[in-house]
Amino acid sequence: MSDTTTDTTPATGEDQDLGAAGAQLSTAPREEPPNLPALGVVGWARWFWRQLTSMRVALLLLLLLSLGAIPGSLIPQTGIDETKVADFRDQHDILAPIYDKLGLFNVYSSVWFSAIYILLFVSLIGCIVPRTWQFVGQLRGRPPGAPRRLTRLPAHTTWRTEAEPEQVRAAALDLLKKRRFRAHVVGDAVAAEKGYLREVGNLLFHIALIVMLIAFAWGQLFKSEGNKLIVEGDGFSNTLTQYDDFKSGNLFTNDDLVPFSFDVKEFTGTYERSGPNKGTPRTYESEVTYTEGADGARKSALIEVNKPLEIGDAKVYLVSHGYAPVVTVRDGKGKIVYQDAVPLLPLDANVTSSGVVKVLDGYRNPDGKKEQLGFNAFFVPTFGGSASGTMLSQFPALDYPVLALSAYHGDLKADSGIPQSVYQMDKSKMKEFKDAKGELFKKLLMPGETMTLPNGAGSVTFEKDIKEWAGFQVVQEPGGGWALAGAVVAIAGLAASLFIQRRRVWVRAVEGPDGVTVVEMAGLGRSESAKVPEELGELAELIYDRAPGAPDPRPDDDTTSGPTDTDTDTDPEAVPAEGAEQQ
Amino acid sequence: MTLAAATNENLAEISNVLIYSAMAVYTLAFFAYIAEWLLGSRSKVARTASALTPAAEPRKVPAVTVNQAGGTAVLERPKVVVRAASGTRDVPDGPGAHGGDEQGDLYGRIAISLTVLAFALAFGGVLTRALSVERAPWGNMYEFNITFSTTAVGVYLLLLALKKNVRWLGLFLTTTVLLDLGLAVTVLYTESDQLVPALHSYWLYIHVSTAILCGAVFYVGAFGVLMYLFKDSYENKLANGGRPGTFATSVLERLPASASLDKFAYRVNAAVFPLWTFTIIAGAIWAGDAWGRYWGWDPKEVWSFITWVAYAGYLHARATAGWKGRKAAYLALLAFGCWLFNYYGVNIFVSGKHSYADVGLGALQSVGF
Ligand code: HEM
Repeated sequence: MSDTTTDTTPATGEDQDLGAAGAQLSTAPREEPPNLPALGVVGWARWFWRQLTSMRVALLLLLLLSLGAIPGSLIPQTGIDETKVADFRDQHDILAPIYDKLGLFNVYSSVWFSAIYILLFVSLIGCIVPRTWQFVGQLRGRPPGAPRRLTRLPAHTTWRTEAEPEQVRAAALDLLKKRRFRAHVVGDAVAAEKGYLREVGNLLFHIALIVMLIAFAWGQLFKSEGNKLIVEGDGFSNTLTQYDDFKSGNLFTNDDLVPFSFDVKEFTGTYERSGPNKGTPRTYESEVTYTEGADGARKSALIEVNKPLEIGDAKVYLVSHGYAPVVTVRDGKGKIVYQDAVPLLPLDANVTSSGVVKVLDGYRNPDGKKEQLGFNAFFVPTFGGSASGTMLSQFPALDYPVLALSAYHGDLKADSGIPQSVYQMDKSKMKEFKDAKGELFKKLLMPGETMTLPNGAGSVTFEKDIKEWAGFQVVQEPGGGWALAGAVVAIAGLAASLFIQRRRVWVRAVEGPDGVTVVEMAGLGRSESAKVPEELGELAELIYDRAPGAPDPRPDDDTTSGPTDTDTDTDPEAVPAEGAEQQ
Repeated sequence: MTLAAATNENLAEISNVLIYSAMAVYTLAFFAYIAEWLLGSRSKVARTASALTPAAEPRKVPAVTVNQAGGTAVLERPKVVVRAASGTRDVPDGPGAHGGDEQGDLYGRIAISLTVLAFALAFGGVLTRALSVERAPWGNMYEFNITFSTTAVGVYLLLLALKKNVRWLGLFLTTTVLLDLGLAVTVLYTESDQLVPALHSYWLYIHVSTAILCGAVFYVGAFGVLMYLFKDSYENKLANGGRPGTFATSVLERLPASASLDKFAYRVNAAVFPLWTFTIIAGAIWAGDAWGRYWGWDPKEVWSFITWVAYAGYLHARATAGWKGRKAAYLALLAFGCWLFNYYGVNIFVSGKHSYADVGLGALQSVGF
């Protein structure tokens, strides 16, 4: 039965008896009205603590938590996508400062969001500790004796038998114990209780939540995450200086990095060739060789998109890929001044890519003066043909690769001390090479082709061997094991808490006025379930078999009514199914 | 074109035909349910009213009976007497959509048979779709929708098979399933195709299949909550001496009592909550493999979390004085709203990793989860 109201009738006489029978069927904190406390700091502190650890406030905090999580899903977050946040700031110069003040760009680490969940977890701990003690007390104690009138309970049954009351009680005790009830005889009745695992599960679930939170917080504090782009044939060793970018938690120190190194042998990508999803990636994998520690044995491995390479605490993920055309630059005398694979960044799903070739050292212009060269590079793995009118790639694989270069010379300002992006060129001190028409000198190159710079300034060759690069993310996040263990315990505890029913059964056997034994049985569960009456019926049948019915003393009556209640709806004495409320 | 591809296209064709046939049969079932409700309205059941109107006769509490047939003393086994908790209205359950009308009952049974047939067709449609793409059928919104509605009907039929009192759900369910399938075949239809690499993982299979199952069960639970709210206000009105309209009376009289509906909704939601918890954790494990972090506050993750917290709030509310009953029910509806938003809203309005076109890793767009 669902109880839509709480029974608050003052306890008197018989009522109290029933109340004790239903008491402590759970360890849920008692509901108290939020009365204002007596004076004094201690009084206030106690009042505050009681409020914080009450079910009502826990519920409100839960609702606040879900409410508080919403803005973070709708407003760009710095922790997820910085560029989106920057765009948002550009577009909303009035809103952005307000959002900043409210911490809405990093909701999940903001003061107010932290306050909600910290309060919730303080409340949780304040709730669990006393509940655990109470539960231990319940385990030490024994099920409460039978209430005086078993007919008042949500499920009951009765019959008359020739068996002696002691016999009936012994049979009931035996049966209930066999059914793994905790049972004992109190006075003229057997009192039994079962389903303590429900409470264990519930407590474990809430404790597991705390473990998960701590594991998560621990992981965030000691986490490190770095990205590295590696061209086929190149390698990487796990030190801070080698990363392209690196983020870490507040308590992370460089010594925490797992020592290892690896080389990328080959990257393989295949793509859907036809159909509506033409061009979507089918496989991405990278063959690597790696060594653990400073000088471990060399092993090989295949890193795929969903299958990171695990080395100690570190996981190496394959997160991106692109092309790195090999470019050779010669000066006017034909001397090679630059030869390297130039990683380019993809701009779209078909891997139209762009980047820069920078010749920093060793180049002298036709006048013999030291100079630097820079080329804006634009690359498509599958060119649409000059007739297509577009320089966008048509397909992500290397079907018809074309490299477009435009040429500059001068000073790249690479020595200014400010770190430069390898994908961008500072053109402030660079001059364009001009073509015959006086415009920027640029050319489309096929693999193997060479373009000659104007005025004997040298040449650039787009080599036939086009390499690919793979982007790796190296993540170390301790506490994952704890979080997982917490999760497993949480689910198990939750299942126990929701599927196991804690219930009590009483069997009373007394001699009636006519000398015939009257057996009364009643069941009480904490939460709504049809199982309590079902189980009671089953038990009754079994006890009935050992204490069979006796004929009714008044043969004229077809039916004997038990205690007739015509006032069920307003019956103040009935015990609600969730008797725990009545303490 | 290879031979394999051709068979696959044939299978996809078959799948479409099956889905359309299922829709046709659902439509027939829909009309049969309507007939059941219409015919049922002929009988004037008013159990709730008679139980709750102040003038109503005091009902006898079912009492223990020890029958005696003459003097032969054939004793009946003890019967368990169940009584309503104090403060709870002791209202009997309605007779169901057919309202006790025999013809109505017949149409209801026909409707259920048709629903079973439609379910079988839809199930075949989902299966052939899966075979045609050689993977699980939830790579895009279309597939997610057909799988979801088929699962929801499956849950309904399973509850029926378990002899639960859920027959009244039929009309509401087939109506929404028809809408869902209609949406799927018109707006969301996507040619069958394979998954991008980021979606290849058995954790995905576990995560998405449990997500769909949870959604379907939450859906059925939300219906229970909604009907509870209607029936509860109906009973309140009657208990306060009000006179509900004839339409409300006709429909609501035939539903189970509000207490039964409330219990049904609670059981359904509570039973699936651990599975939802597991779904989120499976998703986190998958994210850990695919993206290098198991939890990153991506919009989809955030809304799964919000849904989870909201359902936890509902379960708490039922154990909190002052929140039981209607308030808890509103929370349950809110929680289901969060689930819906997570599926439709986040896919459509919010961009995140679950619908990303990340550098190099291609499009994972239009993926349910
Ligand atoms: C982190 C936030 C919390 C979550 C996600 C959570 C979740 C849950 C869930 C799912 C249940 C199962 C409901 C049931 O057994 O019917 C439950 C029960 C319970 N929770 Fe929490 N809870 C949280 C915090 C708290 C706090 C702070 C308290 C203390 C005030 C608390 C006290 C209880 C109690 C007493 C029960 C058992 C209620 C009953 O006996 O039915 N919980 N909780």
